[in-house]
Amino acid sequence: MYKKRSFWLTVVAVSLFFLFIYVAQNSLDAYIIRILNVAAIYVILGVSLNLINGFTGQFSLGHAGFMAIGAYASALLYMSPQLKAMNFFIKPLIWPLSEIQMPFFPALLIGGLLAAGAGFLVGAPCLRVKGDYLAIVTYGFSEIIRVLFNNLQSVTNGPLGLKGLPTYTNLWWSWGWAIFTIFFIKRLIDSSYGRALKAIRDDESAAEAMGVNLLYHKTLAFVVGAFFAGIAGGLLGSLVMTIDPNAFNIFLTFQIVLIVLLGGLGSITGTVIMGAAMAFLMELLRAVEVPMNFFGITIPGIPGMRMLIFSIILMIAVLFFRRGIIGDREFSWEGFISFFKGRPSRGREGE
Amino acid sequence: MTWILFLQHLVNGAALGFVFALVAIGYTLVYGVVKLVNFAHGDIFMMATFFVFYGITLFSFPWWLAFAIAIFLTILLGMGVEKVAYRPLRNAPRISSLCSAIGMSFLLENFAVVVFGGRQKPFYQPEVLIKTITIANVRIQLVSIVTVIVSVGALLFLNYLVYKTKMGLAMRALAHDFDTAKLMGINVDKTISFTFAVGSGLAAISAIFWALRYPQIWPFMGVFPGWRAFTAAIIGGIGSIKGAMIGGFSIGLLTILMVAFMPNMAGYKDAFIFVALVLILLFKPTGLFGEA
Repeated sequence: MYKKRSFWLTVVAVSLFFLFIYVAQNSLDAYIIRILNVAAIYVILGVSLNLINGFTGQFSLGHAGFMAIGAYASALLYMSPQLKAMNFFIKPLIWPLSEIQMPFFPALLIGGLLAAGAGFLVGAPCLRVKGDYLAIVTYGFSEIIRVLFNNLQSVTNGPLGLKGLPTYTNLWWSWGWAIFTIFFIKRLIDSSYGRALKAIRDDESAAEAMGVNLLYHKTLAFVVGAFFAGIAGGLLGSLVMTIDPNAFNIFLTFQIVLIVLLGGLGSITGTVIMGAAMAFLMELLRAVEVPMNFFGITIPGIPGMRMLIFSIILMIAVLFFRRGIIGDREFSWEGFISFFKGRPSRGREGE
Repeated sequence: MTWILFLQHLVNGAALGFVFALVAIGYTLVYGVVKLVNFAHGDIFMMATFFVFYGITLFSFPWWLAFAIAIFLTILLGMGVEKVAYRPLRNAPRISSLCSAIGMSFLLENFAVVVFGGRQKPFYQPEVLIKTITIANVRIQLVSIVTVIVSVGALLFLNYLVYKTKMGLAMRALAHDFDTAKLMGINVDKTISFTFAVGSGLAAISAIFWALRYPQIWPFMGVFPGWRAFTAAIIGGIGSIKGAMIGGFSIGLLTILMVAFMPNMAGYKDAFIFVALVLILLFKPTGLFGEA
């Protein structure tokens, strides 16, 4: 009975959410819509990284690289040939790419699949390389991608990046993908694959002794995580309308890692909340950089103050809220209902 | 390419190699003792150059005094970072201390942007050090030679510190077995503080030589030397001082030689370093001299 009720509650909640998206897309102003879009992209990134870092326990710093692959691949596919010719004025784009144009959705999917391919390449060495070493290998991978994209001028336009991309990303695309990501990864986590991934996180040798195929499952986590990172990259490229190879650097990865850590490793709910909160927090903090007027005294806006306050908040969160905002607990309808009925909750779900 | 030119590149490469080696040792020492990747190390490196900058411009100290004060302040900074960001998390899961390290690195960078400004600043180059001398047709900047001499001195001193003193013994004991060392009456806080002090001191020395060579300082200047040195430490096997030395030295040398001999591939040099890293880790997952 609980299962059935939860199912319908979820359906209702998701429909209500899409109703909200419909209203938001048509009535909110462009600035808020943009923040909501960024929030959705953060959610996709956070949840996909949580699959690798939180559920499988493989500390990966390669997300920016996967995003870069998705962003470039999809942009090169959905840009019109004229736009490409305008962008590539130093070195022309190589042949097949310069002629192709396809709609947004397949372009995005191909971008995601290419990123997943890269995820396969990164995930495979995972069997031998562990812990901090893995972190540096994945970081190295994303650095290699950045350097390659900076130098392969006839494919990526080098350091000039791609400009004037058409804006396809709207709330439907971004939140549609975000919801799909959440569902997909939630289903994956609750399946036997998910249990294998958690077993690997908790004790690799024990998992292997129980017959979990380490190589297969670790690679699976990387492939799925990278796919969604690629999708998020594609959405981001079309949202901000430019792609700069150097934007996909370690700071971007750190930001996603922070979403995961503050949201709680191994908690999709926490990551979703934190991802959305991060988008709004970063915008709210912009206020500190504009000159302020207190009782006739003007405080000049100091550039960089936003990031300083952000990092101070971050350090406080890390030092005092060690397990993320909600630990590794998950939202469940049962917990939600019993919370409102005032009954004691039935403990952590699914653990 | 004549052999004179080759020698010239070799000298430059060696100087840069020693700079990387000193930074890499900072990573490796800390990792060896507390099993923590100190992501803020590159930013401690950056702060050292700003200490020198303000020592000279604000307080108009002579350069040697500014250097000495900067090294001292950097050591204090390193110990402070450990006390604020790492000590409270010593018994927390490793992932929290990693996050704290990342956060500290963010904090130092953004602090530098706000307080020192994001624009690049010129670093003072003492006349004596940037003089060029010619030995057998090889033109060498004096700073390259000084870098090599000071670095070798620092390495010898480090060797003495780690292998001949009581503090070094305590460090090695903690690295070997944290809990047992604690039971043997080793003052953990003091030893770890000391380790950070040594690492930060070496970072300050290398930062000064780095800035003398590339005299532009700005808040994010530590990121790439930091990551490259960290890569060096990993290649050498993190936790091993010898490994960090060899790893750092070869990365410095290879970057210079690659740019010198294959100028059209220069853009790819970071990619090559990381490809080498991935290959080494695939065949020796704990680095060249690391223990399993």
